[in-house]
Amino acid sequence: MKLPFKGAIDCDVHLAMPPVKTLLPFMSDYWQDQIVTRYIDRSSFALMSYPSNSPLSGRADWRAENGGAMPGASLAQLRSQLLDPFEHKIAICHALHGAIALYNEDMGAEFCTAVNRWVAAEWLDHEPRLRASILVHAQNPALAVAEIERCAGDSRFVAVLLPVMGDSPLGRRIYWPIFEAAQKHGLSVCVHAGSTFRNPPTGTGWTSYQTEDYIGQSVAFQNLIISLLAEGVFQKFPDLTFVCLESGFTWMPTLLWRSAKAWRGVRAEVPWIDRNPASIVRERIKLSLRPFDAPEDPDIIKRIFEQINCEDMLVFSTDYPHWQFEGDNTLPDGLPQELIQKILIDNPMASFPRLQSSTRAHARVTQEVAS
Amino acid sequence: MAKKYVAAAAGDIAEGGSKLVSIAGRDIGIFNVSGSFFALANRCPHAGGSLCEGFITGIAVSGGPNDYRLERTGEFLRCPWHGWEFDIRTGQSWCDPNSMRARQFAVKVEAGADLAKGPYIAETFEVKVEGEYLVIEL
Amino acid sequence: MNAPLREVKAEQRLMIVDCDIHPIQRSNRDLYPFLPKHWQQHMETFGPHVRQGLSERISWPRMMASGQRADAYPKEGGPPGSSYELMKRQHLDPNGVEHGMLIALSKGGMEERNQDYAAALMSAVNDWQVECWVKVDPRLRAGVVIVADDPESSVKEIEKRAAQKEFSQIIISPRSAEPLGRRRFWPIYEAAQAAGFPLGIHPAAIPGGAPSTGAGWPTYYMQEHYTFGSASESVAISLVMEGVFERFPRLKIAMIESGFSWAPTLGWRMDSIFERMYKETPHLKRRPSEYMRENFWFATQPIEEPENPQHLIDIFEWIGWEKIMFSSDYPHWDFDDPRYAISVKLSEVNRAKIFRDNAKALYGLS
Ligand code: FES
Repeated sequence: MKLPFKGAIDCDVHLAMPPVKTLLPFMSDYWQDQIVTRYIDRSSFALMSYPSNSPLSGRADWRAENGGAMPGASLAQLRSQLLDPFEHKIAICHALHGAIALYNEDMGAEFCTAVNRWVAAEWLDHEPRLRASILVHAQNPALAVAEIERCAGDSRFVAVLLPVMGDSPLGRRIYWPIFEAAQKHGLSVCVHAGSTFRNPPTGTGWTSYQTEDYIGQSVAFQNLIISLLAEGVFQKFPDLTFVCLESGFTWMPTLLWRSAKAWRGVRAEVPWIDRNPASIVRERIKLSLRPFDAPEDPDIIKRIFEQINCEDMLVFSTDYPHWQFEGDNTLPDGLPQELIQKILIDNPMASFPRLQSSTRAHARVTQEVAS
Repeated sequence: MAKKYVAAAAGDIAEGGSKLVSIAGRDIGIFNVSGSFFALANRCPHAGGSLCEGFITGIAVSGGPNDYRLERTGEFLRCPWHGWEFDIRTGQSWCDPNSMRARQFAVKVEAGADLAKGPYIAETFEVKVEGEYLVIEL
Repeated sequence: MNAPLREVKAEQRLMIVDCDIHPIQRSNRDLYPFLPKHWQQHMETFGPHVRQGLSERISWPRMMASGQRADAYPKEGGPPGSSYELMKRQHLDPNGVEHGMLIALSKGGMEERNQDYAAALMSAVNDWQVECWVKVDPRLRAGVVIVADDPESSVKEIEKRAAQKEFSQIIISPRSAEPLGRRRFWPIYEAAQAAGFPLGIHPAAIPGGAPSTGAGWPTYYMQEHYTFGSASESVAISLVMEGVFERFPRLKIAMIESGFSWAPTLGWRMDSIFERMYKETPHLKRRPSEYMRENFWFATQPIEEPENPQHLIDIFEWIGWEKIMFSSDYPHWDFDDPRYAISVKLSEVNRAKIFRDNAKALYGLS
């Protein structure tokens, strides 16, 4: 169905990643030299999780309007395909750059910095409806923290971006400095579908098809949440919200039931989990609408929402320019009427503390940039 | 009318110990927690496990990750099946104190001399005047 | 003040089929009669060679009594599940087990890297099930333990056991070296289909080599325990998307100790993504959920315990009442007691399906 009113907050919008040479001006002399002389700028940094031409990676009609290339590559296009027709109030952009898959963490961190600078200069500075996440190279949390600190002063950055499958489960203590920095600055943590393939994508090894990998993101999100729970991240960082992007949501009842059941029997192993994990998850985890992994059948959808039993969990996402819906049917059919306002506006607002203040701050930043 | 059952001699259950008894067809565990006696039905309210055959332990608590403390040693019972923890003093489940509790019975310590006045039921042993006994009314 | 005692429900009238019972050896010696001398010596000298840092146990120490019902340790010694007498007294008789499906996880070579040793163990454990369990109590049914990583030996084993009436299915672990849909495993499915054996997928404890999650190794047992379900989801995705059921349409999968509430939603998720990506898997002629609906059965343990028990009914309806089969997992710590496991009211017909009829139909039990 179409959006019933304007002013939605879209929590998952992808910017097409620019050619490497576009990022060069945002890098130091040393890295510019490395990238040019090693021809690093001559091939793509497409992530294995999002091959550029895969049907899911870009909706066909949007692609066609872009001459077959990846949509979301220019601000004009983002406006004409997303922001204007759907009358978004805010779109939170994510730059899923392949740099996060590099093993050289210094190079990876430099790329992340360049990407974040590029996002600020080429996108945020020109379009007041945009917000962004901070791309970090999590293999080295200290470098990631440095980048968060560098960006934190810019209130248009509202979150830190991490892939759901990286070197290690994200709850692990090695990642806590990242969470600490995020919490300190009122940033949320966006965990996005996808893998750097440091590990096979399933607990049983390497899959054959990209379709399998994409389906299996729901499994990865479950393991993520269990990791955050078991490691005590929610207790350690009481003000941090985790937003799962490109997650879908129908797998959530299984997680709620099984984590609550297991907790009663194994809580002595992780005694910091001091209440039912299901209630912790309901408070601290947000899921995004796309990919919509239920049939568009109101009865089934209603039952799933009853099982999840939390009106605050789901946040609106188009996942632009990924192919998640047709035409202007931005919302799946069958969503409970009474939840639409929450999904479109209230829940996203609650998920990103910086949204509450950054509308004001934005005015200041654009003034500074202009002067 | 409630009947008085002599469940055990008080000296039979040392501090920190327990005894499983059968009274009027019910299996009941009696526990000595620091000199006080408590009795719980030997049937876990979760899914019917033999609760009183579980471990007598303390409760693990924590102020946050990597903080491990065992408190109230000897006051909790961990069901031998799924490991749910119950407060021996109240029968309450640690995780769901308001909605889940093991059936509890009041235990009184009575002198043999008083019991001798009757009436009471002692199914498995003889009550002596000089002893102290654990009495459960059903 | 106290909540009322939950009375024992009226004696269970319905005789049940329990789809998950774990027998185990008291010690290595129990397998000697079925192992050539050479492998007996190997067993004592070298022992297991598996894909993890500890040789004898999983690297996430379990919680309750080493992962067992603490009340299931035989008085005479040996691990839970090693005493037939105790199993009979504690479970088979009081719980009205008409048929019990044995899942012999221990020492069957599923996780062993030395292929010849694994093959010897596989054969020994299958003999042991017949001689020490099924012949002792014909209520019990053996499952052909196979070593997935060695399809050639596995196929021979399946063909050999197909003729033995004590066996009702094949047992395979989802934690294989590669996802089970990959073609290297297809000879196993061909043999299974030819023999008419369902394929029982039950997690083996020791990993197959890949970290338990796509993001790497978990820290705590609580996480590892969760992967019983999540790894099984990955296996279901693999079997369906690789086209195993296009090639072997009569292959029946029993997911055991894998959870089941994920199944309907996984089916929807696969469909919605397949709708966009179908060109990558042209071997699939139908929507993925249709294969799941047709070729998968699910054992109940560990039963889901939703806050609102009624939600279990949603899941049963979505999966299909004829596809759910009771299992207890005796004598493991997360055992489900048939009297209490399903806390929501079921119609007599559906109760009979879940506790008996579905398994009888799947396994051809009379
Ligand atoms: S039966 Fe006691 S914890 Fe489940």
